[in-house]
Amino acid sequence: MRRIGIDVGGTNTDAVLIEDSRVTAAVKVPTTADVSGGIVRALAELVISVGSPGSIDAVMIGTTHFTNAVVERRDLAPVAAVRIGLPASASLPPFCDWPDDLAALARGAVYMLEGGHEYDGRPIVAFDRTGMRRAAADIRARGLRTIAVTAVFSPLTDECERAAADILREVWPDADVTRSHDLGRIGLLERENATLLNASLIDLARRTTRAFTAALAASGIQAPLYLTQNDGTVMRADVAEAFPVFSFASGPTNSMRGAAFLSGLRDAMVVDVGGTTADIGRLVRGFPAEANASVRVGGVRTLFRMPDLLSIGLGGGSIVDAAAGTIGPKSVGHRIAEEALVFGGNRLTATDVAVAAGSADIGDRGRVATLDAALVAACRARIHSMLETNIDRMKIDAAPVPLVPVGGAAFLVPDALPGISEVVVVPHRAVANAIGAAIAQVSGDVDQIFSGCGREAAIERATALARERAVGAGADPAALTIIDVDDLPLAYLPGDARRVRVRVVGDTRPTASQRPAQPPRESSE
Amino acid sequence: MRPIPEDDLEPLAIGAWILGAGGGGSPYHGYLNVRQLYRAGHRVQLMDPASLDDDDLVAVVSNMGAPLVGQERLSDPAVAARPVRMMQEYLGRPFRAVMSLEIGGGNAIQPLLVAAVVDLPVVDADCMGRAFPEAQMTSFAIGELPMFPLTLADVRDNEVIVARAASWPWMERISRRVCVAVGSIAATCKAPRTGREVKAWGILHSVTRAVGIGRAVLTARVRREDPIGAVVAHTGGKRLFAGKIVDVDRRTTEGFLRGRARIAGIDEDRGRDLVLEFQNEFAVGWLDGRAAVMTPEIICVMDTVAGEAIGTETLRYGQRVTVVALPCAPILTTPKGLSLVGPRAFGYDLDFSSVFARTAA
Repeated sequence: MRRIGIDVGGTNTDAVLIEDSRVTAAVKVPTTADVSGGIVRALAELVISVGSPGSIDAVMIGTTHFTNAVVERRDLAPVAAVRIGLPASASLPPFCDWPDDLAALARGAVYMLEGGHEYDGRPIVAFDRTGMRRAAADIRARGLRTIAVTAVFSPLTDECERAAADILREVWPDADVTRSHDLGRIGLLERENATLLNASLIDLARRTTRAFTAALAASGIQAPLYLTQNDGTVMRADVAEAFPVFSFASGPTNSMRGAAFLSGLRDAMVVDVGGTTADIGRLVRGFPAEANASVRVGGVRTLFRMPDLLSIGLGGGSIVDAAAGTIGPKSVGHRIAEEALVFGGNRLTATDVAVAAGSADIGDRGRVATLDAALVAACRARIHSMLETNIDRMKIDAAPVPLVPVGGAAFLVPDALPGISEVVVVPHRAVANAIGAAIAQVSGDVDQIFSGCGREAAIERATALARERAVGAGADPAALTIIDVDDLPLAYLPGDARRVRVRVVGDTRPTASQRPAQPPRESSE
Repeated sequence: MRPIPEDDLEPLAIGAWILGAGGGGSPYHGYLNVRQLYRAGHRVQLMDPASLDDDDLVAVVSNMGAPLVGQERLSDPAVAARPVRMMQEYLGRPFRAVMSLEIGGGNAIQPLLVAAVVDLPVVDADCMGRAFPEAQMTSFAIGELPMFPLTLADVRDNEVIVARAASWPWMERISRRVCVAVGSIAATCKAPRTGREVKAWGILHSVTRAVGIGRAVLTARVRREDPIGAVVAHTGGKRLFAGKIVDVDRRTTEGFLRGRARIAGIDEDRGRDLVLEFQNEFAVGWLDGRAAVMTPEIICVMDTVAGEAIGTETLRYGQRVTVVALPCAPILTTPKGLSLVGPRAFGYDLDFSSVFARTAA
């Protein structure tokens, strides 16, 4: 099994080659503005380091591109929001809980129509098809090319959303339609928000995944392309094109999964220090601990399950303000290769401090040799205290736990920290997120209605089916983990009917000849 | 009488959600609605119950239904106000103020929505001091006050007046049937109360209590202290159990969300097991098979790390939670109170025993 994992970050693009669970090559190059340029270069360097690309089974790309677009308010398309549910939920229209600046960019037009369903499957009122046709014509007249359709109780009954999408495609064939029941569960505003974000990003997603595909082709690599999702699994590139929101927060998930893989630890703290921020999270049985509460993306409330992370403004490019005695949150970001002192620039950054202190060997050490020793010591103390305070905030136990620093600027983390039993230094830690992408798992999903068999039997049958599907997709039957079980009774159907969703994930099956020398992974739940 | 400042709206929503005992529906949508009303220039006045005249008439309002339904069919000020107008027309008398049926959950905000639309003050009181699933589970029922008439409106053009009912259970049964028929969610105005009745039987200053709890949480967050500890300290509550949810079983019957959640202990509670049973709200907690905490005391499940309350409809496999108990209003644990809101009222063959009376198990 040979896989390439690529992480396209805001600052660097990392690529690794993994052969039978061993990292055999790793490269790091700057991310380019067009994204694909960095990938082409990373792949070229990767190929050089191993001689020839040989046969590659899969390429997995993890990217923060879509999250960043929302956070940085760029590349977002104006969306036609269609809400079907009047006269219910009238006072809280689409975008009602969005930050004003983001809503101004994404709100193309809002249409609220009669329709939707009750919890028991009856219509609230009849779906206003005439109104839908009128809205579709108006959307077309306004030239809005991306449409988000959300109907009340669509996770139980997708009838209205399907009917609306059919009318929209007929009236305005060039438009992209995102339907909320494809994305989310019960919770109208949160599901609608995810749908609106997805619709706003869909054009960027198409351009980006196609650039990824082109970059692969340009590098002479013929292998299926996958994008990583926030739960540590992958989706095919053609699916990712339609559902960019599923990749939200996949970056942190990848780096934490990479840290678990590299360290062999299943329970530990992880800090991923990049160019601009340090993200602190917890590994629980090999997976990132998830945030319980609804997660905000760029200030928008959603129901995505995301790693529980604390992000602080400390990275390799963080600018040192010697006068104020502060470091970050401003960063030179991807311009570090021009602006940092060690690279010939004239900005004092956290990286320069680490080089001057001897904890990193990057660029031209001579250029920081004359830095005031007291300033260097004060800066290091400041960095260590920022890490200590914030790592302590994320710990749930008072007892000391190991810490795995990863990321391009992991060298900022000292050898010892209070409350940490051991700072675990692992090889290839600078490219942990690309490794996390390369080892991303495959999943088996079941989402169907079971009736006449009781809850336990329904869940058991759904789980067996999900396992079967995961194994069918290439998972090792000995290493499957149930990561999600959710069931909802459907009171309107006879026979104790319930909708059951089960998601099972597993590592890909190793080749028969060579099992990886990895600690056995017991099913975690 | 004083205006409720915009700064109190978020603490009210947070405190109300905690007092909801897992039910009452999230106050988030109510909060969004009232924030929109405030941004449009509305201001709501909070009235001390002591300044009600004995003969004043107070509208007791609530959004009735299953919390799960409220996540899709969102609360709406215009709909919330309709039953109050219906009641005034039916009685031929104007209201002096509005008050909440239950301070726990979204119904803490409901009177603010009505107040903004009909321009009346909100009384600083409710009649549950928390959330309960059924209409007769109130301090007014404990006071044996009349339970009719009741007005109810849905989002369509359906309006119902229950002119009389033979008893509180009959009122609950009839209004619940109507509520289920219109989709398990409806705006209601309960039997009107006089100022004298509110002062004698209401659970007073509960709006202020909810705001105080919410403030304690927000202050703890700003200071980066433990919000769960802040809630326990502020309310004189008790931390019961910390663990991970390993199973949730829910079913919707007769408009209620019933079920149970099993929590496996971690840290100090490792090896122990807490089963929480709920009917919209958490009713009884069984610690290793023994009833350890029960209604009417307030059982609250909170995210161990973030410190946010988690409702019965959002409990999820794998969540790390801390279960705390908060004291309830004293009137609920009187013999008459327990007959209406104690464990037997929820079908448990259990004598009420306070989690605060016992020493730590």
